[in-house]
Amino acid sequence: MTAITNPAPASRRPADRTIRASVPIRDIIVQTTAMAWRALIKMRRNPEQLVDVTVMPLVLTLLFGFMFGGAVAGGMVTYLPTLIPGIIAYSAVTACVAAGTQLREDIDKGVFDRLRSLPIARIAPLAGPMMADLTRYALAASLSLTMGIIMGYRPGGGVPGVVAGVLLAMITGWSLAWIFMYIGTIAKNAQSVQSLSLLVLLPLTFVSNAFVPVDTLSGWLQTLVNLNPVSHVVTALRDLMNDGQVTAAVGYALLGCAIVVAIFVPLTVRSYSKKV
Amino acid sequence: MTNEAPASARPPLRATIDAHEAAPSAGRAVLAVDAHGLEKSFGATRAVDGVDLAVREGEIFGVLGPNGAGKTTMLQMLATLLPIDSGSATLFGYDVRRQPHAVRQLIGVTGQYASVDDLLTGRENLRLFGRLQGLSSKEARSIGDDLLARFDLTEAADRYVMHYSGGMRRRLDLAASLITKPALIFLDEPTTGLDPRTRVQMWQTIRGLVADGCTILLTTQYLDEADELADRIAVIDRGRKVAEGTPEELKAQVGGSSIRVQLADGVDATAAAALAAEVARHRPSLTPTGTGFSVSLSDANQAADILIALRRNNVDIASAAIEQPSLDEVFMALTGHPGATPAPEPEASEA
Repeated sequence: MTAITNPAPASRRPADRTIRASVPIRDIIVQTTAMAWRALIKMRRNPEQLVDVTVMPLVLTLLFGFMFGGAVAGGMVTYLPTLIPGIIAYSAVTACVAAGTQLREDIDKGVFDRLRSLPIARIAPLAGPMMADLTRYALAASLSLTMGIIMGYRPGGGVPGVVAGVLLAMITGWSLAWIFMYIGTIAKNAQSVQSLSLLVLLPLTFVSNAFVPVDTLSGWLQTLVNLNPVSHVVTALRDLMNDGQVTAAVGYALLGCAIVVAIFVPLTVRSYSKKV
Repeated sequence: MTNEAPASARPPLRATIDAHEAAPSAGRAVLAVDAHGLEKSFGATRAVDGVDLAVREGEIFGVLGPNGAGKTTMLQMLATLLPIDSGSATLFGYDVRRQPHAVRQLIGVTGQYASVDDLLTGRENLRLFGRLQGLSSKEARSIGDDLLARFDLTEAADRYVMHYSGGMRRRLDLAASLITKPALIFLDEPTTGLDPRTRVQMWQTIRGLVADGCTILLTTQYLDEADELADRIAVIDRGRKVAEGTPEELKAQVGGSSIRVQLADGVDATAAAALAAEVARHRPSLTPTGTGFSVSLSDANQAADILIALRRNNVDIASAAIEQPSLDEVFMALTGHPGATPAPEPEASEA
């Protein structure tokens, strides 16, 4: 937050002011950063909000590793290369549900009324918290990874592969969060955002190859799984982290994220702008 | 693209903006608010039903009406917070519908429920809103500190807003609306829920804003508040404007002043009122306790005549006062039903 843009007007008289027709890009960035700053402060003051990206990934990694390892891959350690990328994708997608409920709570409080009355870009109050949420996805991804390594996971892709994997998880979380942001703007209240989001989240995460090999599934289910962008993210994560390879799956994963963003950002902004 | 502080030496408005945002009548005196036939429906309910408003620059304009009359809805439409169903509105010549972004650069909105952030401190709130409106960190800090001092919040500046009292929140909320020196401030029921002392402080603050060059459009359900603050008042009832004028003009609509006489113990109020009626040629009404009466006067000098008549007939009085009609009576006369609660109730949840 360094850019100096628009000093306080010297006069109240409208005729003496410069009235602008739209918000310049640079101002949009400053405004988004300001909203991200607000979100980070709130995150720091309300650490319970971080349970879903700290405790949850750790518990899930342990649980899945020990419970399903034997059944799915004949042993916990042999299951880890399949599981850890899956868990990372799963945690990132789960973590973005909170974006929607947070937004809804914000809208229901008065502060968004003020934001809507300010001459700021309509996207800033939405994009700011999203920017702050990147830290949540990074946290979720690195904690699952750390737990995996403790349990015996040895990523073949080395440091570059792992870093690329965490970055992809962050991109995925950020992109898919727009689905939940949209739900946040259309649902009646925070409660219904939560339940609607769960309805979207479950198929998104479980009708995928995150925890099970696709070839164990029946034909029609395989088709569904392959349509799910999360599947491509999981495959991409495995390629990056286990093999250190940038495969076509990485491209598909990014494309899937881009499509979600292209659909849900305009929907969200429009629906948010209409909200009282 | 650094936008320098617009000084009067700069070319006038139209030169610095693109054609689309040009105010149609920039140059000559423009109304702060100019609205025609505003309408808004929610389902089958017509919340605002064809209201015209004209607010002049530099005045306090009061929109008075009971709860649910459509005041807030009207204000939200003017402040770009609610789409206008039909009708037109311009603020300082900028079209609310077509140039919302321009309008937002000229207004400050303080709502019925303080719209500040609970989890931030007072100082952080002002910093956030300052930064959002393009102030540098340094400017946002210094303007924020000035406002905190002006609104007596310096001591609470670093406390979370959720620990603020109702009055403090309201003050912070108003402070947040003033960061960029708006030309027009919307105050939606600025004193609802405040205790009487805080209420009077808020009134002083509002008067100070006007002295500072602001135009204010305020809504209120309190008749005394409109009377106290507003230069002109529009009375709104069920989405329609039923009257408009200065407080004095509105009062004149229900007649002039009246005399209220409180009688000494044991005096027959009915007989005394009959005496007064003879002089005033208006029908007196007995006070609720039956120990006095009040009667409208066609002319203030009649008050003396009434008192003389009472004295001549050996009617002892305890007190007498000449009163202006209250806006409550105005409201009753205009709409045929009582207006609103005459005094605020203290806020239930004083945090």
